Amino acid sequence: MARPVLQVDNLTVEFPTRRGTLRAVDDISFRIDAGEVLGVVGESGAGKSMTGTAVIGLLEPPGRISGGRVQLEGARIDHLPHDQMRRLRGQRIGMIFQDPLTSLNPLYTIGFHLTETIRTHTDRGEAEARARAIELLTEVGIPAPAQRIDQYPHHFSGGMRQRVVIALALCAEPRLVIADEPTTALDVSIQAQIIQLLKRLCREHGTSVLLITHDMGVIAETADRVAVMYAGRIVEVGPVREVVQNAKHPYTEGLMDAIPKIGGRTEDLAQIRGTMPRLSQIPAGCAFHPRCPRAFDRCRQERPELLDAGASRAACWLHAGEPAGAGTGRGGGERG
Amino acid sequence: MIAFIVRRLLQSIVVMLVVALLAFSMFRYIGDPINQMVGVETSSEERAELRERLGLNDPMLVQFGRFAADAARFDFGVSYQHKKPVSELFADRLPATLELAFLSAVFALACGIPMGVYTALRRDAWLSKVFLTVSLIGISLPTFLIGILLIFVFSVWLGWLPSFGRGETVDLGVWTTGLLTVSGWKAALMPSITLGLFQMTLIMRLVRSEMLEVLRTDYIKFARARGLSDRAVHFGHALKNTLVPVITITGLQLGSIIAFAIITETVFQWPGMGLLFLQAIQNVDIPIMAAYLILIAFFFVLINLIVDLLYYAVDPRLRVDRATSAGH
Ligand SMILES: Nc1ncnc2c1ncn2[C@@H]1O[C@H](COP(=O)(O)OP(=O)(O)OP(=O)(O)O)[C@@H](O)[C@H]1O
Ligand code: SF4
Ligand SMILES: [Mg+2]
Repeated sequence: MARPVLQVDNLTVEFPTRRGTLRAVDDISFRIDAGEVLGVVGESGAGKSMTGTAVIGLLEPPGRISGGRVQLEGARIDHLPHDQMRRLRGQRIGMIFQDPLTSLNPLYTIGFHLTETIRTHTDRGEAEARARAIELLTEVGIPAPAQRIDQYPHHFSGGMRQRVVIALALCAEPRLVIADEPTTALDVSIQAQIIQLLKRLCREHGTSVLLITHDMGVIAETADRVAVMYAGRIVEVGPVREVVQNAKHPYTEGLMDAIPKIGGRTEDLAQIRGTMPRLSQIPAGCAFHPRCPRAFDRCRQERPELLDAGASRAACWLHAGEPAGAGTGRGGGERG
Repeated sequence: MIAFIVRRLLQSIVVMLVVALLAFSMFRYIGDPINQMVGVETSSEERAELRERLGLNDPMLVQFGRFAADAARFDFGVSYQHKKPVSELFADRLPATLELAFLSAVFALACGIPMGVYTALRRDAWLSKVFLTVSLIGISLPTFLIGILLIFVFSVWLGWLPSFGRGETVDLGVWTTGLLTVSGWKAALMPSITLGLFQMTLIMRLVRSEMLEVLRTDYIKFARARGLSDRAVHFGHALKNTLVPVITITGLQLGSIIAFAIITETVFQWPGMGLLFLQAIQNVDIPIMAAYLILIAFFFVLINLIVDLLYYAVDPRLRVDRATSAGH
């Protein structure tokens, strides 16, 4: 099997607090292959952003990676010295945040943002960097880039700013882009355009994507595979079609039922009764059991690991019966 | 841009007129100016004649107009106690106070900003804790006490620095400066530190809290995610954004340095306007008091104006003209 671009094994992220240590990400493993888009979904607080932030090495202290490994193209990156990790950011892993309105420094022009990033990662001079910046702006669909390059962020609309942010994240042609809810803050009418742009650019450049979102519609349209997170863990992972149409985990089923149709949003998860537990009060056994309509005794005592379930893997005792290794295709490779 | 400056200038003029009105009413209502000028043996006819000659019987508005016009040319008449034109007295004193305020401001900024940045970036370093503790002392000790402590250590005990006066000065025609002689610098050292210490701690704490705030913003996170060096993130992005609000507060602080110089000038017998003003109060020397009031107000207004213009230069969002910003 080809070397994955990103491989995460048993990653755990913890926050020491006065009332004990909180585990925001609990022993998760996944991989992303070259050119692949992995969608990550789950309710607010599930640990999606923490996972992305941990991968790119930007956890805010006291949060820290307390266990597991992160490998980028076969080399471990979770223990790199500060300066090496910094060089890797932007260069080999790019990141796009949710709110384009606050992602750019209001005191600098778009051109300044672009040239400083280009010059950090290449040995281009100022003039060359500027020429490249104009190219990039053209590529992300900013009209009249030669004029707009000298304008400030407040001259741009939200959608245009997110295009600039995408140009910034992709300007050193990274192998992997982590997009944390890249369209949530935007007008609905613009969301599809931005997702299309991201998808096209990544396909053209062969960039892999870790796409964090609430929007199952976006996932269905964009992702190759999906990981569903609940209370800091991955509860189901598999090919997108399989997860969307044939969910194996009761939580994923609930998520899918909550969508009126593909393309709708999952903001309203009222159909799963209750709310996700706080990190300090995660129940024993399966973390989902207080809300699960199909919970049985074993669920309250033992915590399920990811088990093979058809083409996917699901952390649910309902799938305990299937013989180990029965899963075929990608699902079985999660640990590889 | 032009409209903005014109608007600010008009506002400044209004403020100065209000202050002038205050100063004017001092003349009218604190004591009788005639009594201040003449001896007890002056007859009431002579007094009435003087009153007429000084225009004190004219309508109030006319008197105020005359006062404001004179004030604009910095003509406040003759000091009651010194029997000399007020403008002449201030011409001697103004450079002393402005040099003191300038040195204090430079000290406050040159130490306060780097210390604030350092304590924000190295929150857990022991030096940061030292800075914060010292700044608490700087904020809580009254100015005169700091001055007296400094005098005690460096003048009385070590004998390194003079405890009073301005040292040797050089007359440059319109301006007498103490900054061209060694003794002038030595004499200025303790007073400027005393006067600037409070502002220094204030600026340091302000820079620190603003910087911590800015470091939490999304654009700093994104700057890190783009792989920029710590240097670029901290000094290129964070510091510049920190300075936007710091400029305002600092500007106001510089104004109050000039005003608060009174105390420091008293402690160190610094021959500035503050000392002159205090003596004037004791002797109800209204022309000097009025002149002082107007001068201080003038500096406040001037500094405010400069701060606004700086703001304009630093923050591009203010440069949008109204038409386009409304279109967003
Ligand atoms: N500084 C912190 N200290 C303690 N807990 C934290 C801290 N920051 C985040 N958390 C917790 O970590 C958990 C995971 O947060 P995360 O931001 O990854 O959620 P998310 O899945 O991205 O949610 P959302 O959809 O709202 O963005 C949350 O329960 C949150 O309360
Ligand atoms: S393990 Fe039990 S409680 Fe958890 S999801 Fe499966 S059935 Fe529900
Ligand atoms: Mg998030």
